[in-house]
Amino acid sequence: MSGVGSAGSERPAELLLECQGLHVAYGAIQAVRGVSLSVRKGEVVALIGRNGAGKTSLLRAVSGMLRPADGRITLEGKDITGMPSHLLVARGMAHAPEGRGIFPNLTVEENLGLGAWLRTDADGVAADEAWVLSLFPRLKERWAAAAGTLSGGEQQMLAISRALMSRPRLLLLDEPSLGLAPQVIQLIFRILADVNGKGVSILLVEQNAHLALNLAGHAYVLETGEVAMEGAGKALLQSEDVRRAYLGE
Amino acid sequence: MSDFLQHVINGLSAGTIYALVALGYTMVYGVLKLINFAHGDVMMMGTYVGYASALQFKQRGGFGMASVLAIFFLSMAACAAVGWLIERFAYRPLREKPKLTALITAIGISFAVSYGFQMDWGFLPGPNPRAFPEVIRRQPWLTLLDGEVTLWNWQVISFAVALGLMAGLQYLVFRTRFGRAMRAVSHDHRTAALLGIHTDRVIAVTFMLGSALAAGAGILFAIKDVKIEPLMGTQQGLKAFVAAVIGGIGNVPGAVVGAVLLGLVEEFVVGYTASSWRDAVAFGFLILVLLLRPEGLFGRVTAEKV
Amino acid sequence: MVPPGLRGVLPVVLACLALAAGQRLFGGQEFFVYVASLVGVNVVLAVSLNVVNGMTGQFSIGHAGFMAVGAYAAGRLSLPLGDVAVSGLPVAASDQLLFAVSLLAGGVAAAACGFVVGLPSLRLKGDYLAIVTLGFGEIVRVIIQNTPALGGALGLSGIPQRGSLFAVWLCAFLAVLVARRIAESSHGRSLTAIREDEVAAEAMGVNTTAYKVRAFVVSAFFAGVAGGLFAHFVPIINPGSFTFVKSMEVVVMVVAGGLGSTTGSILAAVVLTLLPEALRSGFNRFAGEGAGAVVDQVRMPVYGLLLVVLMLARPQGLFGTRELWDRRKGQGARP
Repeated sequence: MSGVGSAGSERPAELLLECQGLHVAYGAIQAVRGVSLSVRKGEVVALIGRNGAGKTSLLRAVSGMLRPADGRITLEGKDITGMPSHLLVARGMAHAPEGRGIFPNLTVEENLGLGAWLRTDADGVAADEAWVLSLFPRLKERWAAAAGTLSGGEQQMLAISRALMSRPRLLLLDEPSLGLAPQVIQLIFRILADVNGKGVSILLVEQNAHLALNLAGHAYVLETGEVAMEGAGKALLQSEDVRRAYLGE
Repeated sequence: MSDFLQHVINGLSAGTIYALVALGYTMVYGVLKLINFAHGDVMMMGTYVGYASALQFKQRGGFGMASVLAIFFLSMAACAAVGWLIERFAYRPLREKPKLTALITAIGISFAVSYGFQMDWGFLPGPNPRAFPEVIRRQPWLTLLDGEVTLWNWQVISFAVALGLMAGLQYLVFRTRFGRAMRAVSHDHRTAALLGIHTDRVIAVTFMLGSALAAGAGILFAIKDVKIEPLMGTQQGLKAFVAAVIGGIGNVPGAVVGAVLLGLVEEFVVGYTASSWRDAVAFGFLILVLLLRPEGLFGRVTAEKV
Repeated sequence: MVPPGLRGVLPVVLACLALAAGQRLFGGQEFFVYVASLVGVNVVLAVSLNVVNGMTGQFSIGHAGFMAVGAYAAGRLSLPLGDVAVSGLPVAASDQLLFAVSLLAGGVAAAACGFVVGLPSLRLKGDYLAIVTLGFGEIVRVIIQNTPALGGALGLSGIPQRGSLFAVWLCAFLAVLVARRIAESSHGRSLTAIREDEVAAEAMGVNTTAYKVRAFVVSAFFAGVAGGLFAHFVPIINPGSFTFVKSMEVVVMVVAGGLGSTTGSILAAVVLTLLPEALRSGFNRFAGEGAGAVVDQVRMPVYGLLLVVLMLARPQGLFGTRELWDRRKGQGARP
């Protein structure tokens, strides 16, 4: 594992999420082998790597969809290893999974509403809904449509909006750019920067290394389940190895 | 013509009752992707609870509106409890195991309950059919075509109860927050959990609702057919399941349509051939549907996720 | 040691000799013959169902339906053949030959039903097969009840009682042989692949539907043979012998023995046939005539509970997917 020079780009001090020696396995197949990473408060952290490198499995372990075989995960200092997903939402985590995970049989309105499932402050929910619709006005236009009829880009907007409706402190995003047109991707990444600006920390898994590294304050490169490199996003963008392996240069 | 109309009425009567049971199957399949073989037998238990209550009321002087309501309520509450128990202790532990395991368990429960109730032991009723007390004094409510066609009062009540319960369920599933969560869990329980939804609780409530509806159906069956016996759950239950499959398993309105269709077809086949073919109708209909349109009338063709 | 050409035939020949001896020794004792025949029939049923439910991981619960088809087909064929003799053979041999023909007819009829039922349903998701097979069993029962030529609800009697210990256990032996051959062949490995992960198997190029249907048809064939055997050692057959309860009995045997283990199926079939008989006789002897009836009442709910307890506590049953002959060959546990 090599660290790339992070001259000048200091990471925020406060720890939000930390994984220590995480192992995730599917039966006999080791997807994640001893990964340690952290997300600081206010950061955007990117996880890049090839298909099958273990990025999605890692995210699933963090959000409680999978039980890690070994290792520890802490959120704001508290141990959350193996905690079921629905409890983690109450602790300020939201996960927009791979494939968006929107409910096609429910309307946009209903999907969004479910994002606020645990919240009891009706005013706050209304305010957040307004905010989210200001980020993605397209959703307002498709308000009563069944989410299954939305385009890929619209579904991704819905997935992110829905995740934001729980007012998370940590947003986990799995491959937001997958299958989307370039303009839509640009829009989404711009919005993600805005969202981060509002104080939401983001752990982003992305195949599109260029976009991810541009956005990220800090990044990890995963190869066959292990952290091969880490460093400041901009620094990794400059790195020879990264450019050759992941940026096609 | 009069025969035809009478068959239509009778078919709708049976069909709406089947619908109540079919809804339970379809809801449980929706959230768990499991055929709850024991569902029909839970219905049977509800019928016997109703029977016991009815006997009590009979002793105390008879059946007014309040006692009939009480019979329904007690039966539905008892079945909701049983449904909760079965889900909690027989199905939940097996949720991450292969589907076959849960299917075998479901059949085991069905067998144990239906044949258990056939035993002559303690409070178990034994194999002999009983006659459900006449909680509603039978009177024709409407006659057509010079008395050739009769719509009975108990049929009207049966329609009212069945439709009322279905409307209630419809409201719950499509217009409440909890119903939204039910639909979400039904589509993808892992993602639903990511939103903070307590899937275990949603699944438990789904089971309880389905069981309560089945209990209501059980009482209605008892009022309709009068004869009750421990194996009625497996028989009627399986037919209701077939109805759910015909409508598209997992699809709520489909279950109702399938059930009404089945009720009508069954009634017509039996009416125009012989009652000894009754039991084969449902399965024959099922095999036809599975051959021609396996996803059912309203089902979606789902590609299996790899 | 043994020349390859003879290796297939030798076990069968040895079995025939052993069984003939057994027939000689025990053939006279009626009750023993009856119970032993019942056990043999159940062994054939369990071993054949195991091919579908155990080896291929499907859920067929209508085995009694195939048994019924075989019983009635074989029985119906034997009735007119009862007075027929094949010229040139001694009467006993002719009788047995015609018996074998009837059995074969029963098996083929059941196999044909297996094909007709299996082909459409095995294309569908696993859950549906259970309902379809259940329905099949019920439809067969209803058809028989409504067909006077088959005796209707009262039953078909007068079938020449040509069954014998030898015949029943020879068929049992053959069924086990076939099951074992299937399991140990590449065919069996495909079935295992389908059981473990059907989607993956399909992706690897296995024609899952074809394999499933083949397993289903073979299984139905033997169930039909079992039915045919049954018809020839009980004085009368009626739809009541082939109900869903019978199907479930066989399911319990296969599950308790271990889904996928032929040895397990055999053992469970033996135990679960003998145990109720023994208990019933015991009750009758010690608690007065008629006390044994309680065994029949309790048997079904106990089977149901057994299934539940097994799934919760020991889903692999007695043997899991292992076989007695694995250890001898030093193979150990198979996947």
